[in-house]
Order: sequence, then structure tokens, then C-alpha cells
Amino acid sequence: MKSIVSNYLTAIIINAISLGWLIFSVVKSKEKTKKSLKIAFKTFIKIIPLVVIIIVFIGFLLGFIPSNFISNIIGDKAGFWGIMVTAVLGSVLFIPALISFPLAASLLDGGASVMSVAAFITTLTMVGIVTLPLELRELGKKTTILRNVLSFIFAVAIAILMGVIL
Amino acid sequence: MKNIGNTKKNKKNMRKDYITMAVVLVIAAVLLFVFPQKASSVLTISRNYLVELVLVLPAVMIIIGLFSVWIPDQMVVKYMGHASGAKGIILSLVLGMLPTGPLYIAFPMAAALIKKGAKRSNIIIFISAWACIKLPQELIEIQFLGIKFTFLRLGLTIVFVIIMGIIIEKLIEFTDKKNIKAGRS
Repeated sequence: MKSIVSNYLTAIIINAISLGWLIFSVVKSKEKTKKSLKIAFKTFIKIIPLVVIIIVFIGFLLGFIPSNFISNIIGDKAGFWGIMVTAVLGSVLFIPALISFPLAASLLDGGASVMSVAAFITTLTMVGIVTLPLELRELGKKTTILRNVLSFIFAVAIAILMGVIL
Repeated sequence: MKNIGNTKKNKKNMRKDYITMAVVLVIAAVLLFVFPQKASSVLTISRNYLVELVLVLPAVMIIIGLFSVWIPDQMVVKYMGHASGAKGIILSLVLGMLPTGPLYIAFPMAAALIKKGAKRSNIIIFISAWACIKLPQELIEIQFLGIKFTFLRLGLTIVFVIIMGIIIEKLIEFTDKKNIKAGRS
């Protein structure tokens, strides 16, 4: 895992960006700022239950499931099949990306390989089984099927490349 | 804007989420009660992850709010409609990366763009960038998975998304041509 210092550094930078932009926004237009904060608040309220659920889930995942179990299935030893497991999971599950990152970090802590975690995040966002009906309706059968199949293949390729490089 | 038409549905979904949260919390409490020897490690782990999220989540929410007000959806459509070549690719990527809402509003937008004559490869790039390279989300990825992991994954994703856009466009052009030929003969 990363050191505490680098953790705080990221948090500080993110907060500085939002604060800086907020000040800019207040100076430029009070009305737009109010609207932005309203949207921010609404988004926040909407995501709270998901955040709580994922935090509880992570606690139990790492607290109850022995890490050699996780690493056996999706660790370095699991190799290609480990990637396939997480790639399929990521395609089927519908977890907002925002809260998928803490989950992914917990899998890494629990012994999953970089490849598996990269495959999980990438298919989670790029391949959408849940949004498939909507995509079919709006973009047509050919584009939708090609996009999802190619996304899956490329997600696995990205995962393997990441494992090789990192 | 984002919530046009289905605020009622949003409210209903939100209530469902809060009920699910309550159920999960009750189950968690029961489990910890049944396995008290696990309680301290579970609570410590959850607390650590919660702290990491709380440090960045409000700021990310504010950034999302600011983005959606200062960079409205209409602007995205306006710039995407008529752009081609490398400029079109970059524009599709950048506009897709802006946090202008969930994926289900990107599909109707993409359909509108196709009607307006935007290139199919750019549409694919736009949708894919929209789905997996949202700027504020990436801040959270950096927080949890580190800067090296995040940048490498993003870099590779961008490359593959562009390749995918071009492949799909060529494939569709190819099969369309075949269909026309088959229709004639």
C-alpha cells in the first residue's frame, strides 16, 4: 500500500482543486455557484447509501475472507483465469465507478493481482450488461454488440499489459 | 438538465438505496454480534476506508456540481456535431471525459449526434470515454489505487478506445457496403 503521506497529498490536491474552482465560481457568478452546490449536495445524498454499503462490504470482505482465498482465485497465481473471473464480474455487476475504486483497492489489499483489479475496473465501466437494452435502442444492434465485445477483449488486454508493466 | 423527466423515478430509486443500506447495516450488526472475535478487525478496516473516502468525496461532489453548471450538455453536442480527423478524436475524448452525467444520458446524446452526422468512430470514442474516463472519478482512483496505476490504466484505455472506435467504424462500413451489394444483385 501507499504511504500515509502520499494518501494525504492526493486528498489535499483534490480539495485544493475544488476549493480553487469554487472561489472562481463565487467571484464569477453567485447564482451558478448556488446551482453547482445544489447539484453537488444532491449527488452526495444520492451516493451516501452506496458508499455505506461498499464500506461495510469491504470490512467484511477483508475481515472474514482469508486473503489466501482471494489470492488463490484472482491473485498472481491464478493468472489468466483470475483476469477472466474479474472481467466477467465487472461486466455483469453494476457498481458506480466512484465507489468501485475503494472496492478495487480492498481486493488489492486482500491479495488480488494488479491484472485482475485492472480488468475489474475496466470492464465495470466499459462493458455494460445492465445498460445494454438502452444502448441497443439508441445505437442499434451492430454497434452495441461490437462495442461491448471489443471492450471486453480490450479490457483483458489492458489488464495483461498493466500486469506486465507494473 | 440531468434530472429531466424522471425525478420521481430518481426519488424512488434513492429510497430503495436507503432501505438497502439499512438492511445491510442490520445484517452487519447481527454478523458482528454472532462473530464478536471478528468485530474489531472488520470495524478497523471499514473505518480506514471510510476515512479515505470522506477526505475526498465532498470535494469531488463539488467538482461534479461545478462541471455540470459551467459546462452544459448542449456545449458538448455543439462541438461534437462537426469535427473529424485527429481533432474529432481528441474532441470526442475530452468531451466524453467531462462529468456531465450518467451513461444512460450519453446514449440518447450519441444517437442525436449520429443523426447530426458525427462520425461513428467518434461516437464510440465519446461513449467509451464517457463511460470509463470521468475526470472527478479519476481523482478517487488516484486516491485509492495510486497515481502510477491510474495513469497507466488511463493511457492504455485511451489508446484502446481510439483503436476500437476506428475498428467498429470500418467493420460497420464494410458490412453496410456488403448489404448494399447483396441487395442489388
